[in-house]
Amino acid sequence: MNQRIPVTELSDTFRGRAKEALADDQLRTNFRVAMDSLMQKRADAFPDEEEREGLRELGNRIKARALSRLPDLLEQLEAKLTENGVNVHWAETTAEANRIVHSIIESKQGSQVVKGKSMVSEEMEMNDYLAERDIECLESDMGEYIVQLDGEKPSHIIMPAIHKNRYQVSKLFHDKLGVEETDDVNKLIRIGRETLRQKFMEADVGVSGVNFAIAETGTLLLVENEGNGRMSTTAPPVHVAVTGIEKVVENLRDVVPLVSLLTRSALGQPITTYVNMISGPRKPDELDGPEEVHLVLLDNGRTGAFADAQMRQTLNCIRCGACMNHCPVYTRVGGHTYGEVYPGPIGKIVTPHMVGLKQVPDHPSASSLCGACGDVCPVKIPIPELLQRLRQENVKSPAEQPKVKDGGAKYSARERAVWRFWRTLNTRPGLYRLFLWGATRFGKLTPKNLGPWTENHTAPVPARRSLHDLAKAHLARAESQHTGGQS
Amino acid sequence: MSARSNILNKLRAGLAGTTPRPDEFDEGLVTRPWQYAPEDRITRLRSLMEAVQTEVHQLPAAQWPEKVLALLQERGLNNLLYAPGTAHGQVLVNYWQQAGAKPELLAYDRPVDDWKEELFWRVQASVTSTVGGIAATGSLALWPDRHEPRLMSLLPPLHIALLNASEIEDNLYTMMQKQNWSAGMPTNLLLVSGPSKTADIEQVLAYGAHGPKELVVLILEDR
Repeated sequence: MNQRIPVTELSDTFRGRAKEALADDQLRTNFRVAMDSLMQKRADAFPDEEEREGLRELGNRIKARALSRLPDLLEQLEAKLTENGVNVHWAETTAEANRIVHSIIESKQGSQVVKGKSMVSEEMEMNDYLAERDIECLESDMGEYIVQLDGEKPSHIIMPAIHKNRYQVSKLFHDKLGVEETDDVNKLIRIGRETLRQKFMEADVGVSGVNFAIAETGTLLLVENEGNGRMSTTAPPVHVAVTGIEKVVENLRDVVPLVSLLTRSALGQPITTYVNMISGPRKPDELDGPEEVHLVLLDNGRTGAFADAQMRQTLNCIRCGACMNHCPVYTRVGGHTYGEVYPGPIGKIVTPHMVGLKQVPDHPSASSLCGACGDVCPVKIPIPELLQRLRQENVKSPAEQPKVKDGGAKYSARERAVWRFWRTLNTRPGLYRLFLWGATRFGKLTPKNLGPWTENHTAPVPARRSLHDLAKAHLARAESQHTGGQS
Repeated sequence: MSARSNILNKLRAGLAGTTPRPDEFDEGLVTRPWQYAPEDRITRLRSLMEAVQTEVHQLPAAQWPEKVLALLQERGLNNLLYAPGTAHGQVLVNYWQQAGAKPELLAYDRPVDDWKEELFWRVQASVTSTVGGIAATGSLALWPDRHEPRLMSLLPPLHIALLNASEIEDNLYTMMQKQNWSAGMPTNLLLVSGPSKTADIEQVLAYGAHGPKELVVLILEDR
């Protein structure tokens, strides 16, 4: 385990990976089945449209209010947590966050870490960072555990192993853990439970994410079904929580609608099995719980998104995954095609701020702008609108000063020139007629290879006569028939 | 410059010239759809919890220790973790002595570090109190403290929870306000809505992920 985990490298562009995914019937079936069921579950969990829309509106306002006071709330959170005995750390980059986590583990001479589900730790690639330093960092969420065991990354933020079916998991357990193959899901889960229980007991440090950080009370709230989050935050002597700076909310009561929106949107459950609210380390007279609790607050591009009032809305996200469940593109290409930590519609609007558009140039356009993601978002992030904005940022010239990290990644002087030519042509009648005259006479000279178009279509050949021409002739004919009838 | 001040400065620069948004929290949205007649609260809580494989029994308050013993016997379990420093812990001990009950009572009376292995692998069941139930979502609220530690409701494969019928509230918001949670949160406050579960393989629901495999709720009629 103490070596860099080999990640199955697919093609290195979105388009390449999408092509591979689209040709993989098993993968497409796994996603189609899962997404259909998740959509149905969400719909069933919100039977009353009025209630749903009222709650979404409230969720949006709570997050918008929190963001409008974000620096103050972060300071309040820090003060309250410190008062409760929690150590608060700040990190601008993932490298800094990893160093902080590592130094905490090192100060305890720790060598074993168990991790509850945390997307921020995925951003940090914490497992690899710690493995390189001879620290075993084991995922304890069943899905994450399966994915880690296979040297993969999660393909969905709520259901990390959704791309695999039971037979693939069974084979994996057989190969890696030496257990007998079985197609009984209950048996597979029991294998995971026994293996990980030993790890929970031995672990020196437990790492978790945070769903909501409550400034008013200095509380870290985590939702989960499995109990691995409670294990990771209760059993080991040290608990380190890592989270993005956008997770803070003002009041305890604010989490009532947010938790309801989160669990219903994500899984269609009225509530998760556990809602775990942590407000401090073990008190001197208490008998269990970690003796130390740390919170690492990570920026990693979030302040960049925050600086732009429109893109700031990406920080509303409560990571429910409903946008991917409803996305026709995600359902067909799967999570790994996106090549980054956060896939699907939300991934397309948060990732550019973290890694820059240059690394994900195809993300903004990998959408039909059907609008399903925006319609289901529990905190009403206008995802399609933000995708359009990113498309604009993506093609800005350096002179136009793109506002998003590495904006202008797809700027092309040639493309601009083509469009300028197009505009000129269509706004000057004389020029247009000249072009038309040429196109109808020399249409056969159209190149046979027209880039992506001719990959799947035959090249278009302009007609011998233009629509203008045909219309003129048609009208003339009608006119002559009309006069002919009268005579 | 520290990371802290860099982050805060960038955020403040982004907010320059803006005013904080007003607090438009509408409690009606989180209470109105979730209100029940007192007699319906138990029904709703029961049906939601039973839907996620929780065993629920309703009984006169005085009978719970007997029921706990019966639950252990049905399953052939031979030990039970309890909280000796609590009132219900004492009631349990007294009943056990008087009834000459066989299953071994394990008192959680020392730090986890002194008997971690035993807690993780040997304990078969536990009984804990709750500070109430929530009808809207079918949830229990647990408030662990030094007398009734956190791991009691997590490690044993069978968790038995005592819930006073009079402490079932309509919804989370009402409970939070009535009990004034924001005035002082415990180290760990929990909502528990069934035995632990996972649907991470093919979305097939499997109970007994990492926490209890079974949750039994005893609703005590106390009015």
